[in-house]
Amino acid sequence: MGVLTDLAEIISWACIILGSFFCVVGGIGLLRLPDLFSRMHGAGITDTLGAGLIITGLIFHSGLSLVSAKLFLIVFFLFLTSPTSTHAVAKAARIAGLEPLLDKKDGKS
Amino acid sequence: MFVVAMIAILVTLVLALLRAVLGPTTYDRILAVNMAGTKTVLLIAVLGFLTGRPDFLDLALIYILLNFIGTIAVLKFIQYGDFAVGGRKNEKIGA
Repeated sequence: MGVLTDLAEIISWACIILGSFFCVVGGIGLLRLPDLFSRMHGAGITDTLGAGLIITGLIFHSGLSLVSAKLFLIVFFLFLTSPTSTHAVAKAARIAGLEPLLDKKDGKS
Repeated sequence: MFVVAMIAILVTLVLALLRAVLGPTTYDRILAVNMAGTKTVLLIAVLGFLTGRPDFLDLALIYILLNFIGTIAVLKFIQYGDFAVGGRKNEKIGA
């Protein structure tokens, strides 16, 4: 049983560290990318990879219990609602007349 | 380990709030606030494990649903200027 617990702990460590890394990467992307539709890409990274990996790590840490069931519900609702709201933001921006930043003829992107 | 995750989430929260303050358009701000809400959910979950009492997960569960509803409500308010319009079938939206 000791080896299995250690293995779960190592997987939990790796997932949480990787998720933290992707969180910071997505945050930098949200701050530095040039327009709204590419900033959505940064927000999407933190919502799926970052949050998903961190909560997966927490599930591995807590084992099979009520806590992991709640964490599973959190990740389920996160994956259900986050793309929906991002899609709604994109559609509302398109209706309001925002255009994606494309390659211009003068070479400046 | 939880401290590392906590610091990363706090840094991301600050970056998202910076974008919400700087954002040129309203939709940038809405996107950044939505992401800050997601990060708050993660912060609540990790805080529960950090203090050894993972009882805050119910709050995180409520917060994620409220975050979604809040984003949709703000988007509808920005688009129509009213919460009570829309819903008709043959309505042409936008261009």
